[in-house]
Amino acid sequence: MSAVPATPRPASADAVPDGPVAPDQRFALLLAPPRARGGLRVVPARVVAMCAVELQKLRHDRTELYTRAVQPALWLLIFGETFTRMHVIPTGNVPYIDYLAPGIIAQSAMFIAIFYGIMIIWERDSGVLTKLLVTPTPRAALVTGKAFASGVKAVIQAVVVIVIAAALGVALTWNPLRLLGALVVVLLGSAFFACLSMAIAGIVLTRDRLMGIGQAITMPLFFGSNALYPVDVMPGWLRAFSAVNPLSYQVDALRGLLIGTHAHLLADFAVLTVAALLGIAAAASLLGRLAR
Amino acid sequence: MTTSLPHHVEPAGRSADGAALSCVDLHYAFGATKAVDGLDLRVEQGEVFGLLGPNGAGKTTTIRAITTLLPVPPGVVEVFGHDAARQKMAVRRLLGYVPQQLSADAGLTGHENVALFARVFDVPRRERAARVAQALDAVGLTDAAQRSAGTYSGGMVRRLELAQALVSAPRLLILDEPTIGMDPIARDSVWERISDIRAGTGMTVLVTTHSMEEADQRCDRLALMHRGRVRALGTPEELKAELIAHRRESGDADPRPPSLEDVFRHFAGSGLGDPGPDEQRGEFSDVRRTRHTASRVG
Repeated sequence: MSAVPATPRPASADAVPDGPVAPDQRFALLLAPPRARGGLRVVPARVVAMCAVELQKLRHDRTELYTRAVQPALWLLIFGETFTRMHVIPTGNVPYIDYLAPGIIAQSAMFIAIFYGIMIIWERDSGVLTKLLVTPTPRAALVTGKAFASGVKAVIQAVVVIVIAAALGVALTWNPLRLLGALVVVLLGSAFFACLSMAIAGIVLTRDRLMGIGQAITMPLFFGSNALYPVDVMPGWLRAFSAVNPLSYQVDALRGLLIGTHAHLLADFAVLTVAALLGIAAAASLLGRLAR
Repeated sequence: MTTSLPHHVEPAGRSADGAALSCVDLHYAFGATKAVDGLDLRVEQGEVFGLLGPNGAGKTTTIRAITTLLPVPPGVVEVFGHDAARQKMAVRRLLGYVPQQLSADAGLTGHENVALFARVFDVPRRERAARVAQALDAVGLTDAAQRSAGTYSGGMVRRLELAQALVSAPRLLILDEPTIGMDPIARDSVWERISDIRAGTGMTVLVTTHSMEEADQRCDRLALMHRGRVRALGTPEELKAELIAHRRESGDADPRPPSLEDVFRHFAGSGLGDPGPDEQRGEFSDVRRTRHTASRVG
């Protein structure tokens, strides 16, 4: 090949000025810093920002939504249908599949939240987290935003599972207030499990370790709760574990709200709120380790 | 649309001496390893200041201390007179930060990526669209704004990150190896935008780079770091003149005019005859991050 022509410079829409120039209207808005939002208003603002991002991502790519629906559908369809026929789990007057549905909603929401820490580690590795930590966002507000962003995913997942359960003939309530209450329960539970995951991420710092720990704690949390069977049939030690397992309170509230079983709604909401707040505090204090 | 005054609002800083950034006797250690060991640094308003040094010299730790990611004692780091220890939020509002890694979210469009940062810097909703549009325009990404950032080239992602940093109207733009792994055309396109923005806004720019050519051409002043301290400071010409003077004193009769790379080797060691330091330069994670960024850009 003969003389290669010099590569032309990429066409630039804006000519580069020779030296410092007088105020340039193209940059007018980039010269005035936005007014700071003070005090407690920062937290809801960051929650909205993080949730908006989560929704935008889901809008662009819904694959996760569909693939995540498979497992709860199988639980209800195979485990639920089979055990309904077997009549081995004492659920009173409620068919087993009805009893199981709220447990599966809580489980599938927890599965999303418990691996949220992996996302945080990915964001750390890619520089996104560092950039967010350099914005005027207190760590607690950032963690709360992330926790509720995971809750948004979980709520969408819960809606999908509710639809699947309804299609399988589960007698769910259609009272909008009760449904709304159920979604709030899912949101609070997911916020706690996402914070638990982010706190662990702050301790273990790597994806592989977090993946292992996530796998190790998910099943004990699930089987050590009232999601599959009533607390009454558990041995004493498991009953004690279930009493400190936030998933049990989430399932209890969901059952009460969705299928009308006897529930301790006030205690459930209180435990989930306190758990979420403790989770936020723990994750916020450990988040800085990821940025170092 | 809001027609803002094209002047920066002066923040109420404590120091009146007008430095954009000052670090006084900054120390930071990771266990027994002293990453930064008594660093003094002063960046004047409106200049493009380059922070150079070999891997492991302490550049990234310094940037992390300035960006409030690492805890520092009060009175050590000040950004426009705001103390990085006591007034973290005020300092963060003055900073625009572009980390070394490709940090735009590939699952979002260019517009959404910038809008996120407008939200977290509390840009009011009525102003958000106009500000985001202006930031994207400033980096030449208006036409690609609605495309997924996952489809952008390396140079475009860097410009997008620049827009993310600009949308909050920072006064100090911190760029950590902004052109790592880029071809010369993409590098020029990024630097042209930086120069353009700086000329249009008067923003101060603090940049770290391993490219001596870029440092020579693009920076007003440079600090050369080695083992946690500033070993040389001045304009590129001053640093070269310093080396000429040093050669003369030591009787080194090298007739070639020194390049910035010669200055770098002089102050940071060439690696040859300087056993040990090369093995201390940067951790595995730093190397992985650098290579990962370079491979994503390339």
